[in-house]
Amino acid sequence: MAHHVRTGYGDSDPLFLSKAAVFWYAVLLAGLIAAPYVIEPYYLSQLVFIMIYAIVGVALNILSGQAGQVSIGHAAFLAIGAYFTAVAQKHGVPLVLYLPLAGVFTGIAGYLVGLPALRLHGIYLAIATLAFAFIVEEIIARWESVTHGNEGLMLPPPSLFGWKLGTEGFYYLCLLVTVLVILAAINIIRSSTGRSFMAIRDSETAARSMGIDTASYKTTAFALSAGITGIAGALYAHKMSFISPEMFSLAVSIDFVMIIIIGGLVSLRGAVFGAIFMIMADPLLIILKDKVPVWTDAMMHGLFLPDTVTQAVQAGVLRVVNAPGLKSLIFGIIIIVFIIYEPMGLDGRWQRVKAYFKQFPLARQRSARPPRMFLKSERR
Amino acid sequence: MSFFDVKNLTVKFGGLTAVDNVSFGINEGEVFTIIGPNGAGKTTLFNLISRLYTPSAGQIIFRDEDVTRLSAQQIAGRGIARTFQNIELFESASTLQNLLVGRHRHSTTRAWQDILRTKKVRTEEVAHRRAAEEVMDVLRLQRYRDTTIGALPYGVRKVIEVARALCVGPTLLLLDEPSSGLNVEETNAMAEWILEINRRLRVTVLMVEHDMSLVTRVSNRVLALNYGKMMALGTAAEVQGHPDVIAAYLGT
Repeated sequence: MAHHVRTGYGDSDPLFLSKAAVFWYAVLLAGLIAAPYVIEPYYLSQLVFIMIYAIVGVALNILSGQAGQVSIGHAAFLAIGAYFTAVAQKHGVPLVLYLPLAGVFTGIAGYLVGLPALRLHGIYLAIATLAFAFIVEEIIARWESVTHGNEGLMLPPPSLFGWKLGTEGFYYLCLLVTVLVILAAINIIRSSTGRSFMAIRDSETAARSMGIDTASYKTTAFALSAGITGIAGALYAHKMSFISPEMFSLAVSIDFVMIIIIGGLVSLRGAVFGAIFMIMADPLLIILKDKVPVWTDAMMHGLFLPDTVTQAVQAGVLRVVNAPGLKSLIFGIIIIVFIIYEPMGLDGRWQRVKAYFKQFPLARQRSARPPRMFLKSERR
Repeated sequence: MSFFDVKNLTVKFGGLTAVDNVSFGINEGEVFTIIGPNGAGKTTLFNLISRLYTPSAGQIIFRDEDVTRLSAQQIAGRGIARTFQNIELFESASTLQNLLVGRHRHSTTRAWQDILRTKKVRTEEVAHRRAAEEVMDVLRLQRYRDTTIGALPYGVRKVIEVARALCVGPTLLLLDEPSSGLNVEETNAMAEWILEINRRLRVTVLMVEHDMSLVTRVSNRVLALNYGKMMALGTAAEVQGHPDVIAAYLGT
C-alpha cells in the first residue's frame, strides 16, 4: 500500500494526493484536448453536454453536498444564465465579459433565493426553490419584450475576440471553464469557507457556537452555487443556439439533483461521474430500444415456440420499449437503487474499487462497510 | 467589576421559569462549576450564556462589555467557547477538520480569496493547522487526526469537542457535563485536562458537572441550582455541606 507522506502543514490539503494522481489527471486532460481530432462529432457534442452538466453538478455539490441545503430549482439558475447570455450577446457585449457576468448576475439571483433559506429547512426549502423555479419559468414566458416568450430566442454562434468559435473552439471553451470551475470548487472546499459550509451541514448549533455566521454562509453557498450554474447556463445557451422557457422545466431541475445523487453527494468527482451517467444514459437507452426487440427476436427463434406466442411476445416487447415515460421509470428505479444500495454514489463505488486493488489481496468486503452506529450523538 | 458577571438572569418558557434571577461572578483564571439535580436549569443557563437562548431579563457582562444582546457567533468571536452535553461534532468530517472549524474566528479571508487560494489563504491555512496541531498535542489526539468522527468512540469524541472549543482560542471555556458518558479512567483524564487547560493555557473554565469527585478536584468555586434558583455558592466542600443542597439531592 502506498502512503502519501506529508512533510509540512502547507501541503495538508494538496491538489493532487500523489505523483500518480498528477500523471493520470494529465493523461485525462491530454485525452480531452485531443478529443476533437479523435472522436466522432456526435460524441464530441455529448462531451460538451457532460461538461455543462458537470459544472451544474459541481454547483449543486457545493450547495447540497457541502452546505447541506436542498434545491430542486436549479434549472431556474441555468435559465437566468442562458437568457442573460442571449440578451447580452444581442447587445454586442463580448464573450469574455458576458460569460463571467452571467455568473455574477445569476449569483445575485441565488443570493436572493438564499434569503428565505435562512428560515427554511429540508423539505420546506426544497418547495421554496421549486416555487422559485416556476416563477422564473413564468417570468421568462411572459416577459416577451426581452425574452420573446414561448417563441424563444436564437443565439448566433459565440465569438471570442472577433473569432467565430466553431465546434472545436466551443468545446475548448467549455473544457477551460469546466477545469476552472472544478479548481475553484476544490479551493473553496479546502478553505475556511468550505469548512464553514460543512459545519452548517453537520450541526448548525455547533457552527454558531464556533463563531460561524450561519446566515451569511448559507446565502454565500446559494450565491456561489447559482453563479456557477449561471455560467453553465451561458454555455448551455450557446450549445443549444436556441433557448425557450420549456427547456428549463422542473424535469431539468430533477435531472440536476440526480447528477449528485447518482454521482455521490460528498465529492466533486461524484458530480462529474453523475454528469457522465446522466448524459450517456440517454443514447444508451436509445440503443437498447433498437436492440432489445432484435435480441428478443433472436431468442424467440431459438426457442421454436408456436408463431402466435412469438408474435405476441414481440408485440409486447415493442409496446414496452416504445411506451411513453419509460425513460422516467428507468431513471426512477436507478435513483431508488442508488439511494438504497450505494448512498455514496458512483464515486463511493469507485473509491471502494480503488481501495480493493490497493490492498489486494488483503481487501475484505466487510472492511469497506461503514460501521453501524448506536451512539446517542448520532441521532438526528 | 469581575471578569465575567451574570446579573439577575431570568428566562421563561411560557409559564415555566427555567432560570430564575440568577446572579454570580467568575474571576479570571478560576474553575467555576454549576451543579444541581436534573432539570435544575444548568444547561439552560449555559445556552443563555452562549446566546443560543435569549434571556427574558437580566444581564451578562464579559470583560466590562454587555454581551446579553450579542448573537451566538459574536459570543464565540469574543472568546467564549463551549462544548455540548450530547456532543455536537461535525460527524462526517475528520478530527482535524473539526478542530480547523474551531479556528474560524481567526480566519480573515473572504470567499473570493478562498476561491483563488491567494497567498494570504495559504499562510493562514498553515497557521490554523499549526494551532490545531498544538491543541492535539495537549490533548493527545494525534492518532485520530484523519479519522472521521462518526467512526470514533464516545469518550474520544468528548475530548475532541473540548479540543475544538480550545481551537477557538477562548478566554472563557464553557464545558457542559464534560464527564457524562465517560468511564472512571476517562473521567480522571478529563479532570487532568481541565486542570491543564486552566493552569497551563490560562483559560477560565465554567462548567456544568454531576460527578462530585471531579467537581471537588478541579473547581475553585461551586454554584448549586435547583428549579432555576440559586441554592448555594462557595467552595465545593461548603456547597456540599449546605443543608438546602443536601435536601435537594436526597429529598427531605
